[in-house]
Amino acid sequence: MTINSPLLEVKDLRVSINETEILKNLNLKINKGEIHAIMGPNGSGKSTFSKVLAGHPAYSVFQGDIFFKGSSILDLEPEQRSHLGIFLAFQYPIEIPGVSNEDFLRLAYNSKQKFYNKPEVDPIEFLSIINEKLNLVNMSPIFLSRNVNEGFSGGEKKRNEILQMILLDSELAILDETDSGLDIDALKTISMGINNFMSPSKSILLITHYQRLLDYVKPTYVHVMQDGKIIKTGSAKLAKELEDKGYQWLK
Amino acid sequence: MINKSNKVLNTNITKLVSKDYQYGFSTNIEKDIIEKGLNEQTVRLISEKKKEPKFLLTFRLKAYKKWKQMSEPEWPYLKFPQINYQDISYYSAPKSPKKLKNLDEVDPELLKTFEKLGISLTEQKRLANVAIDAVFDSVSIGTTFQDELSKCGIIFTSISEAVHDYSELIEKYLGSVVPIGDNYFSALNSAVFTDGSFCYIPPNTTCPLDLSTYFRINDQNAGQFERTLIIAEKNSQVNYLEGCTAPQYDTNQLHAAIVELIALENATIKYSTVQNWYAGDEFGSGGIYNFVTKRGLCVGANSTISWTQVETGSAITWKYPSCVLVGNNSQGEFYSVALTNNYQQADTGTKMIHIGKNSRSRIISKGISAGKSKNSYRGFVNVTNKAIGAKNYSQCDSLLIGNLSNANTFPYISVQNATTKIEHEASTSKIGEEQIFYFLQRGICLEKAVELMISGFCREIFTKLPLEFAAEADKLLTLKLEGSIG
Repeated sequence: MTINSPLLEVKDLRVSINETEILKNLNLKINKGEIHAIMGPNGSGKSTFSKVLAGHPAYSVFQGDIFFKGSSILDLEPEQRSHLGIFLAFQYPIEIPGVSNEDFLRLAYNSKQKFYNKPEVDPIEFLSIINEKLNLVNMSPIFLSRNVNEGFSGGEKKRNEILQMILLDSELAILDETDSGLDIDALKTISMGINNFMSPSKSILLITHYQRLLDYVKPTYVHVMQDGKIIKTGSAKLAKELEDKGYQWLK
Repeated sequence: MINKSNKVLNTNITKLVSKDYQYGFSTNIEKDIIEKGLNEQTVRLISEKKKEPKFLLTFRLKAYKKWKQMSEPEWPYLKFPQINYQDISYYSAPKSPKKLKNLDEVDPELLKTFEKLGISLTEQKRLANVAIDAVFDSVSIGTTFQDELSKCGIIFTSISEAVHDYSELIEKYLGSVVPIGDNYFSALNSAVFTDGSFCYIPPNTTCPLDLSTYFRINDQNAGQFERTLIIAEKNSQVNYLEGCTAPQYDTNQLHAAIVELIALENATIKYSTVQNWYAGDEFGSGGIYNFVTKRGLCVGANSTISWTQVETGSAITWKYPSCVLVGNNSQGEFYSVALTNNYQQADTGTKMIHIGKNSRSRIISKGISAGKSKNSYRGFVNVTNKAIGAKNYSQCDSLLIGNLSNANTFPYISVQNATTKIEHEASTSKIGEEQIFYFLQRGICLEKAVELMISGFCREIFTKLPLEFAAEADKLLTLKLEGSIG
């Protein structure tokens, strides 16, 4: 164990939406430099978990706690959590008509700069910053002038998420099924982006159904989530096993 | 009936601190107000108070007779309690001891009122590039830059003064675009209008300043019935801006205005409005009833009339700035943003009447509905058989915020010749919780998120506004929506 406290620590977390309990006593600890993968059947609560970490207002946490960098974030608003270093790549990135990707990305970047008392960048400075990042995910600058996710293909939306992850350079990146619906080339591009982003001071939480992403992004741990809690934890090998056997044998 | 139930919160995203209507104060001033009620005597009294020429009294009486025979239109998608026209005072003016020679003699209380509204009328502080006519309840209290404008031969004055000083122009043009009996509210206005602005741009003149009228309703019991008349002669150009605010009362005040624009050959009139009348509170109590008839007549060939409006206030908005395109190659434009929140209701749009050959019109309407409001676009494109080669393009977009607001589009199109080209596009979208969450997750605060989405939605319209107005409009919309998301 490192001397430092874990980057993320989830303790006995119970969460409900519309009075239905989704997460039932969830525990998880992620240290810096680790990549954790969460797998599990549909409806097991994986996506809920990612949104709860990011502070989605629809869910209520009625027991347990979430510690990020050693302090509880339960009372923090989504934008505060974002500033502290939590990034969520959405499973279904939403379209935002009328708002250009460039404005959106710059505003996000500047919000973080402002939070850390760093100077905000003007549109011209920003262009050189973002152009460099675009290359990392193999995106054309044309994307900047298009509206956020509007008319993007599934793969383009996912790449746009990874672009934002790299741009904001958050310490904890939660990727909610970023690999689903991607062809093999797009999967490689995205994996490259993820590996580029990863460093010993950061952590990644991957939520996925498929083991194929894990061929490119090597997880430190693989967890199996079922019925709102983690029922098994293992190494990367566990993912292979799940691929062969499914989830039934774990019950 | 207005349901006073608590505002339902759609989500529990952080609420922004809901700011009050910042122009809701009222001015305490000694005033000359006539008794409530409307009859022939009231009409005569108004005319007498203003020492009007005979022709105008005749005009008013004719309008009053017409009005008595008419009834309120029933077709708008609006619901409001019966208006008691006998419970309104039709004339309210700040008392002034003598005729004012210049603006420095205006009651300081009034000047202060306009200062508070951000409109400075005094020599030192007034805006350098905009001439302003300030209308307080029933009368115009002063017009800036009159001397400077008159050097170019431009007349910009209150309509009351114009009636005396330029009676021929008034007699010729008043009611020529919006006839007395055009509709219920135009008949009412024609009978009891008290003031407004008059503007005349002589031939071959480009107005060096933007002209502006600022309307302020102050009295709780008085209605405001103003009239604006703008005439642009051959080869002339003018930009006109209109702003409106009112104090916050829990009763409703009636505002029934008429604006008439006349563009002769090659003339261009651009008329922009930022309407921010008090809209009522979050339970739907109070606010202005805004029934306005605005119409422009493109008489001359190659003339252009362009309406741009940002409608954010009023409990009820009933307004269809229109263009009658008589001249060949004449052009009519309508750019609109209408925002409704809480219990506001808006039924607004335009009419484009094509008569001249190759006349063109363009309609871009953006409706934003939040809270429990109703927002309807109603438009009429009429291409007559003479209008060979006429073209129209219409685009109506609606944006819904929350789950309880309502947006409607009622486009009417009538085409009587085969050479016409008409395009119509419409869309409806929604600012939802998930979009807001997306912004928040990226560290962008709620206020900025909404601002960005709204200004993105309205961008096409804002670019049509004069620069000073565009920034204001952007801020105004964000302010109006505070607390509506979350």
